[in-house]
Amino acid sequence: MPTLNINGKTVDADVPADTPLLWTLRDVLNMTGTKFGCGMALCGACTVHLDGAPTRSCITPVSAAAGRKITTIEAIGEDTVGKAVQAAWIELGVPQCGYCHSGQIMAATALLKQNPKPSDADIDDAMSGNLCRCGTYPRIRAAIKQAAGGTK
Amino acid sequence: METINVSRRAFLGTLSAAGLALAVGLPRPAFSADEPKYGADSMPNAWVDNPLVFVVIGEDGTVTITCHRQEMGQGVRTSLPMVVADELEADWGRVRVQQATGDQERFGNQDTDGSRSMRHFFEPMRRCGAAARTMLEQAAAAQWQVPLAEVQALNHEVVHRPTQRKLGYGALAVAASRLPVPARATLRLKKPAEFRYIGKGQVKLVDGPDIVAGRGQYGIDTVLDGMLYAVVARPPVYGGKLVTYDATAAMNVPGVVKVVEIPGTPPPSEFQPLGGVAVVARNTWAAIKGREALKITWDDGPNAAYDSTAYRAALEKSARNPGKIVRDLGNVETGMARAARRLQAEYYIPHMAQAPMEPPAATARIVGDRCEVWAAVQAPQAARDRVAKRLGFPLDRVTVNVTLLGGGFGRKSKPDYVVEAALVSRAMKGAPVKLTWTREDDVRHGYYHTVSVEHLEAGLDNAGKPVAWLHRSAAPAIASLFGADPKHEQPPELGMGLVNVPFLIPNLRVENPEAEAHARIGWYRSVSNIPHAFAIQSFVAELAAAAGRDPKDYLLELIGPARRIDPRTLNDNWNYTESPERYPLDTGRLRRVIETAAKEAGWGRKLPVGQALGIAAHYSFVTYVAAVVQVAVSKKGELAIPRVDLAVDCGPQINPERIRAQFEGACVMGVGNALLSEISFKAGRVEQTNFHNYQIARMNVAPRDIRVHFIAADFDVPLGGVGEPGVPPIAPALCNAIFAATGKRIRSLPIANQLST
Repeated sequence: MPTLNINGKTVDADVPADTPLLWTLRDVLNMTGTKFGCGMALCGACTVHLDGAPTRSCITPVSAAAGRKITTIEAIGEDTVGKAVQAAWIELGVPQCGYCHSGQIMAATALLKQNPKPSDADIDDAMSGNLCRCGTYPRIRAAIKQAAGGTK
Repeated sequence: METINVSRRAFLGTLSAAGLALAVGLPRPAFSADEPKYGADSMPNAWVDNPLVFVVIGEDGTVTITCHRQEMGQGVRTSLPMVVADELEADWGRVRVQQATGDQERFGNQDTDGSRSMRHFFEPMRRCGAAARTMLEQAAAAQWQVPLAEVQALNHEVVHRPTQRKLGYGALAVAASRLPVPARATLRLKKPAEFRYIGKGQVKLVDGPDIVAGRGQYGIDTVLDGMLYAVVARPPVYGGKLVTYDATAAMNVPGVVKVVEIPGTPPPSEFQPLGGVAVVARNTWAAIKGREALKITWDDGPNAAYDSTAYRAALEKSARNPGKIVRDLGNVETGMARAARRLQAEYYIPHMAQAPMEPPAATARIVGDRCEVWAAVQAPQAARDRVAKRLGFPLDRVTVNVTLLGGGFGRKSKPDYVVEAALVSRAMKGAPVKLTWTREDDVRHGYYHTVSVEHLEAGLDNAGKPVAWLHRSAAPAIASLFGADPKHEQPPELGMGLVNVPFLIPNLRVENPEAEAHARIGWYRSVSNIPHAFAIQSFVAELAAAAGRDPKDYLLELIGPARRIDPRTLNDNWNYTESPERYPLDTGRLRRVIETAAKEAGWGRKLPVGQALGIAAHYSFVTYVAAVVQVAVSKKGELAIPRVDLAVDCGPQINPERIRAQFEGACVMGVGNALLSEISFKAGRVEQTNFHNYQIARMNVAPRDIRVHFIAADFDVPLGGVGEPGVPPIAPALCNAIFAATGKRIRSLPIANQLST
């Protein structure tokens, strides 16, 4: 039974070792903030942080996440950068349906923690793996810049 | 979702349906049998404006407003309650929003599609808020024993003007709830100058804080005690049937609990499931692994030969021959014969899948003779109805709880996945079951946007002006889902920019040749406006080029002077259900969005080599939109879209900030439609499976700068739709820009790699 460190808490997950972290979070631990979108690391809806790095939980077996620090959308607001990203998202009215934005916010937070002043090209590189069917990309870009302390 | 503390005593309406005293409510709208009904009046269950249904005021002053339309990104859970709150003079900070269950009898029409929520419920929701406000004022006047005219509701309290005494809404709630609801005709609605929130755009999304923290509850997020998880193996071909299956290996997958057959419904299968084999497990992953281990033999049925390449050729053949005439003006043959030049072109748009980021998912539980469902559905009343019918339950034994929708785009208007969940729950003796569609399920078993060939011919006079116009549109119809006249486009499809072209051309004919459906055809954001606008707005630019004219000027000339056209004179008897008198096709408004988009975009400005502007305009969902797209095409054929200017006339803007967001999003979706998205069939099966081969717009291809320009309108102008009308002009404006930049004319979507070959 893999032991996981999720948002600072240690939890045992009673699943086979090859079960993706996504379904372990959602269906076993009832943490539904992390979203299912494709199951193939194509859309980014399931993005979590593993030791701070943005990771697609839908293709990450729990065995690969064991022993590492897992951060999910439920706790990203405890991080200064994550909190600033959430605030910018609300301020600029980024979400439409909102479903992909757990993953968008995790990806944006990881970007800003690694690169506090990203260029447009940096934002494209970091965020183009995260699909949004509502088409909120212009506001995602603006919110990342706002969270970075730049202009809107 | 808001959790409402039911134990808090609440008045002016009640949180429980059972305890609702509707006897004192308002009479339903009454219509005589032969009076034509339009707009909200024409929809099933029309509208309700009774504050006892929508508004609850607690003794602590908290105002709870029910939203009866579904939230799928358009912001309706913010905007409709905002309208009620404004007329109620409620302080938005003390307003909570509650989502209605699927119950059209009680709430009025709930079918959230057709860009209708604000258009049809702005007025009923205003009256609802105004009635509640009046009741609070009456209660205060009675308590102070002063004339009603001396009191005024103001920001969550009622003020007695002469003495400046004040009573809060919480303190008045009990007394107000005992008063009769005032008659509709006596209500005083606010003057626009008095609006606090309407038209302002400063109200933040009610679901924003939950969404950014991962607390938003979508259909896929329901968790119930003892819940099981299911996925379904469905026939790979529409109309296919299960022959045999072997579940031995599937049952050996750890976590798999049971494998059950779901009976399908043969075509036309409407909103009922396709049938297949469900795998029920302790978690979704185990169910997916179990499904992979199933051994199934299918009978592919009558659509086994459906092949998109062959079908395209068949549609083209169909479109090159005369078809059913759906509009005829003058004499096209004579006009063509007398023309100085004749041009023709054919345009193709493939099937597309809505692919909302949240795939279809629903949870169902059956306890005794009751079924309760939690689901992301655009049409909860349809979900309730189909579940009830399929289970053989009376309607009032089925409850549909509506979650947030992780996108809809038309896919979630069809509740087949909800019926599936109910059937699997029944097979599990009523245990709660969450049924999830994987992305592969969503891409391969959808209700697709139609596929179409649009054949256009025009005859030009010596000055390059069209004197004859022939348009043949061949596309399988949504009616094929329901069985009626399945081979022809129906009035809603014809009225989506096909017959109702407002061009000044003396000889004009529109034909609709036959097209048979071999897949489930369904609504996809903007629906048939997409192919019609693409073809017509591209063809106009082609004619302009042939005539050596500026495409914007040419388009304006074709539309002609400002006039208000009765849509019936264009053979459009549908008009998005709206009254032809109240909603004529106003060419002045169409001209104005074209002129505005062109001006704002700097039409005619000098751009670097490889860059150009393209323009297109389209009227849909009773809203006027023009787009100017700026493209940059490199020598290698790489395309970038630095900027798009959209001019929008949707009448008055109730929540301009959300309207802006809708048009930005529509622009991105329109770009994805044009550049990337295609569903194709081979041997009856969808060839695409997931986002690597069914592509939608990503950030790196989305326009870098989208500017939305509103045409100002007074609040007495009828509202236009918002969610859909932004999509149709994007693809033609984009392709017209590509032509201007490169000389290459795109007539077949998606553009994909056409620029590099």
